[in-house]
Amino acid sequence: MSDRQKTVLLHGGLLALLLGLQFVLPAYHHGNLARIMVLAVYAMGYNIMFGYTGLLSLGHALFFAAGMYGMGMSVQLLGATPAPAMIGGLIAGAVVAAALGALALRTADVAFMIVTLMFAQAGYLAVLYFGSVTRGDEGFVIQQAQRMMMGIDLSDATNRYFAAFILFALCLIAVLWLVQSPFGKVLVAIRENEERARMLGYDVFRHKLIAVILSGTMSAAAGAAYGLLFGYVGATFASVQYSIFPLLWVLLGGAGTALGPFIGTLFMFYLIDLSSNVTSAYMLIAGVALVVLTLFAPQGLIGEVRSRIWRWLP
Amino acid sequence: MLELDKINAGYGGAQILRDVSLSVAPGEIVCLLGRNGAGKTTTMKAIMGLVPLMSGAVRLNGADLSSLPAHKVPGHGVGYIPQGRRLFSELTVAQNLEIGLMVRKSGADVLNGVLDLFPRLRERLDQRAQTLSGGEQQMLATARALCIEPSYLLLDEPTEGLQPSMIEAIRQVIVVMRDRGVGILLVEQRIDAVLSVADRVAFIENGHNLETLDADVLRKDHSVIERHLGV
Repeated sequence: MSDRQKTVLLHGGLLALLLGLQFVLPAYHHGNLARIMVLAVYAMGYNIMFGYTGLLSLGHALFFAAGMYGMGMSVQLLGATPAPAMIGGLIAGAVVAAALGALALRTADVAFMIVTLMFAQAGYLAVLYFGSVTRGDEGFVIQQAQRMMMGIDLSDATNRYFAAFILFALCLIAVLWLVQSPFGKVLVAIRENEERARMLGYDVFRHKLIAVILSGTMSAAAGAAYGLLFGYVGATFASVQYSIFPLLWVLLGGAGTALGPFIGTLFMFYLIDLSSNVTSAYMLIAGVALVVLTLFAPQGLIGEVRSRIWRWLP
Repeated sequence: MLELDKINAGYGGAQILRDVSLSVAPGEIVCLLGRNGAGKTTTMKAIMGLVPLMSGAVRLNGADLSSLPAHKVPGHGVGYIPQGRRLFSELTVAQNLEIGLMVRKSGADVLNGVLDLFPRLRERLDQRAQTLSGGEQQMLATARALCIEPSYLLLDEPTEGLQPSMIEAIRQVIVVMRDRGVGILLVEQRIDAVLSVADRVAFIENGHNLETLDADVLRKDHSVIERHLGV
């Protein structure tokens, strides 16, 4: 079997499994998995920049929130239905990412982290400042009537799961296609050695800017879908905490792997969920688990699988 | 013809090169010789557009290279292999070469031609670059630069820290490229290595270039070398 066939089989298998789980999971886990798939899209978007291009951003909540508010404001102020509102979210994400990329990519390394963090904080404060429109901290609910897409009620658990699944599947396929494409390979070359990629004749700035836009748009798609499927838009999602989450998920799952973001999100979600059943000091358990993983699987779960068993993993 | 016409260049306020002029013809090996800090590497970086010129020009067959952004220079057929190899270490040998091939969208025939020069790499296509030996890494860095089918090749100390058999293999490739009509600018510290391949030798000192001599003259008369590089 060629590497390509194995890749199709494994990732297609995961998608089939997720589709099948829809019919057997109890309601609680069913709802969780829908949430995890949307958040995994956020992590996959983050991974395009961090895992494949080597750009460590500490401000991705800006993109997530841009998508969420782009969608939410379209519904709230323009009375848009879900499909156009979703597109509004994507456009907001792409525009914010292009602007941030054009400015922040003039810096590198630690400076890049600080600049992205500061822009994200500015975004968060802007949401609070324009509280009369955004409802600030309190946020606003997207009513059930506003979540009807072409006669489909997105607040219904089954529909919500399907919508999350479709988004996740599209983004996973897009990432797989991206990393196998010549463009994706140049991104990896830039991650490995930026100077060398430039000396071979690649326009590094342009490649990085496109990576930021793709990453920001995918993160925005997750933010818009999250608001739409779970019916709430609020400033918390623009806070620094939501910039750290995707970094954590990607590190745990395996940076620069297509499946890592999903596995990392799944792992972290259930780690907190299960440990909080056991004790109120669940953050302690989560913290210890993270330390252990960092010690024994520094490349993340899927990263370790790749370096030890399946070298062909994209 | 690759020409440097009275270039002045440096980093920030510190000027390194002062009125350096040099030319490399197709099918010729020109060696840059000079003490540490004389400006050899800076000369190469100035050709590649990695160090901005203060004045002067770099021309390739009459066209001005110095006005181009750095990433456009290799596309015009100038390959640069910097000191210290610098591979994409997480990627395999094949992937490293593929990145090189994509620059000018070259096909399998170019890859085969390059691998014929480096049979050892053909055996190691699926190996990660970081697991190669030093000599093999230098071969890969050279092979990757050849993937853009350069008409001029800049090599910065290609044999530094390699065992004699590897040095010989690299030297062979340089000679083959020269015979195919590629113009080669070589920075090298070891004088015997220089004299065994060079057609001409350019001396550089404190950012000024001194005389450029035929290598034959130097082979007969070592006193010039001692005068410029003597310790």
